[in-house]
Amino acid sequence: MPNANLQVPIGPQHPALKEPTSFMLTLSGEKIMKAGIRLGYNHRGIEKACEARTYIQDLYLVERICGICSHSHATAFSMAVEECAQLEVPRRASYIRSLVGELERVHSHLLWLGVAGHEVGFDTLLMYTWRDREVVMDLLAMLTGNRVNYGINTIGGVRRDVTSEQKLKILEGVAVLEERTKYYITVATEEVTLARRLSGVGALSHDDAIRLGAVGPTARASDVPRDCRKDDPYAAYTEVPVNVVTDNHNDVYGRTLVRCGELMECYRLIRQLVENLPEGPIAVKAPRKIPAAEAFVRYEAPRGEDVHYVKSNGTEKPERVKVRAPTLANVQAVAHMLKDGYLADLPIVVAAIDPCFSCTDRLIEVEGSARGGIMTWGQLRAYGIEWHRRHGVDFSRLNANFRAGEDR
Amino acid sequence: MGHTLAGVLFYILIFPGFLFLATAALLAEYVDRKLCARLQNRIGPPWFQPWADFIKLLAKENLVPELADRPMFAATPLVALTSVVTALLYIPIWKPSALFAFKGDVIVVLYLLSIPTVAFFLGGWYSRSLYSMIGAARAITQLFAYEVPLVLSILAPALLADTWSLSELTKYYSANPLHMLFNLIGLAVGLLALLGKLERVPFDAPEAETEVVAGTLTEYSGKLLAIFRMAISIEMIVGASLLAAVFLPFGLNLGPAVGFGLYLVKVFAIVCLISLLRSVFARLRIDQMVNFCWQYVAPVAFVQLLIDLGVKGLMKGPVGP
Repeated sequence: MPNANLQVPIGPQHPALKEPTSFMLTLSGEKIMKAGIRLGYNHRGIEKACEARTYIQDLYLVERICGICSHSHATAFSMAVEECAQLEVPRRASYIRSLVGELERVHSHLLWLGVAGHEVGFDTLLMYTWRDREVVMDLLAMLTGNRVNYGINTIGGVRRDVTSEQKLKILEGVAVLEERTKYYITVATEEVTLARRLSGVGALSHDDAIRLGAVGPTARASDVPRDCRKDDPYAAYTEVPVNVVTDNHNDVYGRTLVRCGELMECYRLIRQLVENLPEGPIAVKAPRKIPAAEAFVRYEAPRGEDVHYVKSNGTEKPERVKVRAPTLANVQAVAHMLKDGYLADLPIVVAAIDPCFSCTDRLIEVEGSARGGIMTWGQLRAYGIEWHRRHGVDFSRLNANFRAGEDR
Repeated sequence: MGHTLAGVLFYILIFPGFLFLATAALLAEYVDRKLCARLQNRIGPPWFQPWADFIKLLAKENLVPELADRPMFAATPLVALTSVVTALLYIPIWKPSALFAFKGDVIVVLYLLSIPTVAFFLGGWYSRSLYSMIGAARAITQLFAYEVPLVLSILAPALLADTWSLSELTKYYSANPLHMLFNLIGLAVGLLALLGKLERVPFDAPEAETEVVAGTLTEYSGKLLAIFRMAISIEMIVGASLLAAVFLPFGLNLGPAVGFGLYLVKVFAIVCLISLLRSVFARLRIDQMVNFCWQYVAPVAFVQLLIDLGVKGLMKGPVGP
């Protein structure tokens, strides 16, 4: 076959990818010899934008870092700001934060299960899990008013209380979901073609998981019991302990089992949080200006450890906000997992870390590097037009007012 | 044979040729899509959706990639379509004999049914797109995995009937209906091989959306895509007809109306079975598919062959004086 050492680009636009990113694969037949990952198609400059906004505005901005673990980012950010301001969050607020966090984990893991099914051509699983995911989406909409960007956090607590009718509805919904999840565990473990597509695929040994700094279910499926809810308890997890679910299959099958096990653990936690919800206020008043301090917060998002760093300077706007989404920690492991695998396994291996590339993209200026440097808007524009002109497309005529290299 | 030219044209173009096949194929596509949707807890398309898709594609622009080989790129869908339509002329439908028959037409039908896969390979190869080429290579790899079991599974009943003609074969089984019970393993093998031929889940690696976009069809658009898709749908009907004729040849002596009704029931039962399988399995990797076919399906097909040889030996009694 002339396929020997074929270079195949997967992305930035490809049906297997839900977000733009690029994999350059060197194939020998169907086997992947080398995999290169290129991020950076979806950089949005949120960290920089945070510096120009007040803390309350930032809260809504960081919530939009991710469309799945929106609550994770919002909670991590508010915890960091609260630490800077030395605010004591009421117990009830902590419980509600954890409750929404666990419901979010349920919806994220159910979504992942469906995506995993789709990536291996098992669309029935996708349709079923996404149908059942509606149950938890409805619960979240009932609790917070929104399906995705919940907006329930505020600096110093939460914005909405949980009523006793809502508690009952949550328990009812969780009972339905628990039943369905048990069925999916049976499907994932017993369906022959599914098991064949998942086991042994995307292997990541225990040592490699530690060496490459994997987090979340990716690490836990390689028997690394890493979970911030246990290692560095926050919110209500100080009072409601979490059983960390691990697995030693070290492959995509193991990651599926870990996520299914975590779903069951989530239901237990949700029940415990709802039943032990303490009485009291749901928020304390936060100052508009946060005194100069810095805080570093770790939060266990559904995809793994989410890190927020906030530096305040005594004004109403932060000096610096830094976010490290879990995908950035896991993406190093993906290149390792892809090597010596099959092209057919690429979608499921990439999907198995539950990637969120938009959350991950960052801009870094490497000092002293020969290429690049910082450009102004005008320079960038001139560079773009010049680049296209060299490739046979002349945009400069479209805009008669254009003057190369000038800022307007 | 006594066919007039007008009669032959009627057979080829209208019934049971292209027009009938196209209608049945689009209906089968609807049944497949609707049933699959209902099994997946979706609503599914309205009945006219396949027709609407077909007409829409016919109205769209034909884009041919700059690097593609134009004549090959345009010819392969037509070759695929004509070969599957032709194959039906030799398959008995509503009576024990087909429209045309000669000694050895079993082999011709099997050849005609392999041509679409080869057309798939060539079309993908001459698209000169990476995804098409990988899909094309997978299609041809898959051909080598399912073709032998398919031929063996059709060969076994033919051996028992002692003929190389499909019409003679159905005549034999119409006369001895219980003999088709010997060929049940062959039916299962034939169904699996048909899944491979039609590139259906779990054997849809050649057009796996999440890996190679649409495989061979990635670069096709407009009329050529419509023709290719029509060829695939018709291949489903013709493949199901072949299995029905070889493995389920009952009720063919009850007159054309009943025979034709039963034919539709048989074909649509096979179509329903295909969509059922499509909704309960995940896609196998191409290497897993090839291993599965050679490790399990081909030996089982050989078992079918041995059964038929044994039955034939027993019925004829001991050879010699």
